[in-house]
Amino acid sequence: MTPKISFRDVVKTYELKDTTFTALDHVSLDVADREFLTVVGPSGCGKSTLLSMAAGLLEPSAGQVLVDDAPVTGPGPDRGVIFQQYALFPWLTVRHNVEFGLRIASTPAPERRERAERAIELVGLGDFADALPKTLSGGMKQRCAIARAYAVNPQVMLMDEPFGALDALTRVQLQDQLLTTWSQEQRTVMFITHDVDEAVCLASRRVVVMAARPGRVHAVIDVDLPYPRTEDVRLSPEFTRIRNEVWHAVYHQNLTTTAA
Amino acid sequence: MTVITAPEKKSAQPPGRRGGRSAARSLVLGLVALVFGLVVWALASRGVEHLPGPAGVATEAGRMISDGMLFDDALASLRRVFTGFALGVVLAVPVGFLMGWYPVARGLIEPYIQFFRTIPPLALIPLAIVLMGIGETPKIFVIFLAAFMSCVVAAFQGVVDVDRTLINAARVLGASDRTIFLKVVIPASTPFILVGMRIGLGSCWATVVAAELIGAQEGLGYRMQNASTYYLMSQIFVALIAIGVLGLVMDRLLLRAERRLTNWQERR
Ligand SMILES: Nc1ncnc2c1ncn2[C@@H]1O[C@H](COP(=O)(O)OP(=O)(O)OP(=O)(O)O)[C@@H](O)[C@H]1O
Ligand SMILES: [Mg+2]
Repeated sequence: MTPKISFRDVVKTYELKDTTFTALDHVSLDVADREFLTVVGPSGCGKSTLLSMAAGLLEPSAGQVLVDDAPVTGPGPDRGVIFQQYALFPWLTVRHNVEFGLRIASTPAPERRERAERAIELVGLGDFADALPKTLSGGMKQRCAIARAYAVNPQVMLMDEPFGALDALTRVQLQDQLLTTWSQEQRTVMFITHDVDEAVCLASRRVVVMAARPGRVHAVIDVDLPYPRTEDVRLSPEFTRIRNEVWHAVYHQNLTTTAA
Repeated sequence: MTVITAPEKKSAQPPGRRGGRSAARSLVLGLVALVFGLVVWALASRGVEHLPGPAGVATEAGRMISDGMLFDDALASLRRVFTGFALGVVLAVPVGFLMGWYPVARGLIEPYIQFFRTIPPLALIPLAIVLMGIGETPKIFVIFLAAFMSCVVAAFQGVVDVDRTLINAARVLGASDRTIFLKVVIPASTPFILVGMRIGLGSCWATVVAAELIGAQEGLGYRMQNASTYYLMSQIFVALIAIGVLGLVMDRLLLRAERRLTNWQERR
């Protein structure tokens, strides 16, 4: 089966004043269809850069980024993106934010309203459909952003530390909600995080650990945990074992990089 | 930066109106200040030669209102301000957008804006009179310039400052450049433009009064010039107060419009 997203020998460099900075150094990675892949790594290792290339917001300096075997040429509604900074349009209500993509796609009004309504209900913002973003909490803002992405029904969800700014409790709630939706709809998800627990808990099969300077894939760790990912699973010895393995790969890579 | 607000903080107060008690309080304080000022003025007018007191000025104001002079003057000044201001805004917004959106346009236009911004519009009056005669045209022209300069910079800054993430959010939802401009850039820069308009209106008002000091037949600025020639101190005061009150009213109206239109902004 062909992968949904495929990074092939991807290099990304930034031209600085007098040097060339390598943000990503020959990254190769496949995300399978319907996989929930999580990517974890230290700050500045190029996670956002990688995701932006799949989203079509950045072009690789060398190598290829393929979605459904076709090179990515730009952003498109087939790939929904969730940004860490929520990125809601502050002048639009929750409902109009969610309808934004549908209006662009010229979805007829009755269908547009219905789909927006469904997406808003799905993330539990039904009571706030007519509220402006400034009146929402961080968690609610991010749920609105998720609804906005769901509304256009993308095949792929690209999520860049979506829960990074939230408190632990809200984060776990949104993780559960996200997993429930994923197991119902089975979209392909590429989920970036700096939280090891989150990476292990959400990954369907694999956690990708990246290394910094230059950014590259450091390790791919298999996750074989049962669904649903209940509290029991989160507290199981198997979870702890995988978590420790990922933790080790993330936090003890500095030794190898400085030695090299 | 995004500010995380607690859900309880859900617009407890309707926009544009503070709580009833603090509104009443600031009204009382304002009245106290007014009365105090009038008393000081009345006392001062007894001590200082040629300085008319509040009572004399009020009588003069009554006379100027009843014979329609004040109204005509105010109308003449307001007409000039609104014509110049409207023209300035209407031209400044597209030019500012053009500069913000196309780097080439920015490169071509910005040097001129930066240069002419340092010249006070009033300084162009002598030149404008030579080129355009002493009619309405030179006055409206300098007012137009005053409005244009503050709005063009604001519109330009508004476009440049649009959050990249919002543009990207629109792009990944499939928005074309046109849609991004209409649905993201324009609303995101409205607060900037409105602030520019407020500053612009203030400088238009200052400019009109000064422009009327030179060669006009009516208007509040002309009235003061004329009154000073004939030593009519009370009339100068009436005109001055009218200028202040009208300027304040216009600013407040625009502030309210601004609050209304940018109610979606997070305020700290
Ligand atoms: N426009 C740019 N110009 C120069 N360098 C850049 C630019 N964008 C990113 N970088 C560099 O590329 C590297 C990777 O950035 P990226 O944002 O992908 O990191 P990240 O893994 O997402 O980090 P974080 O976890 O902090 O979000 C960083 O070291 C950053 O300094
Ligand atoms: Mg990042």
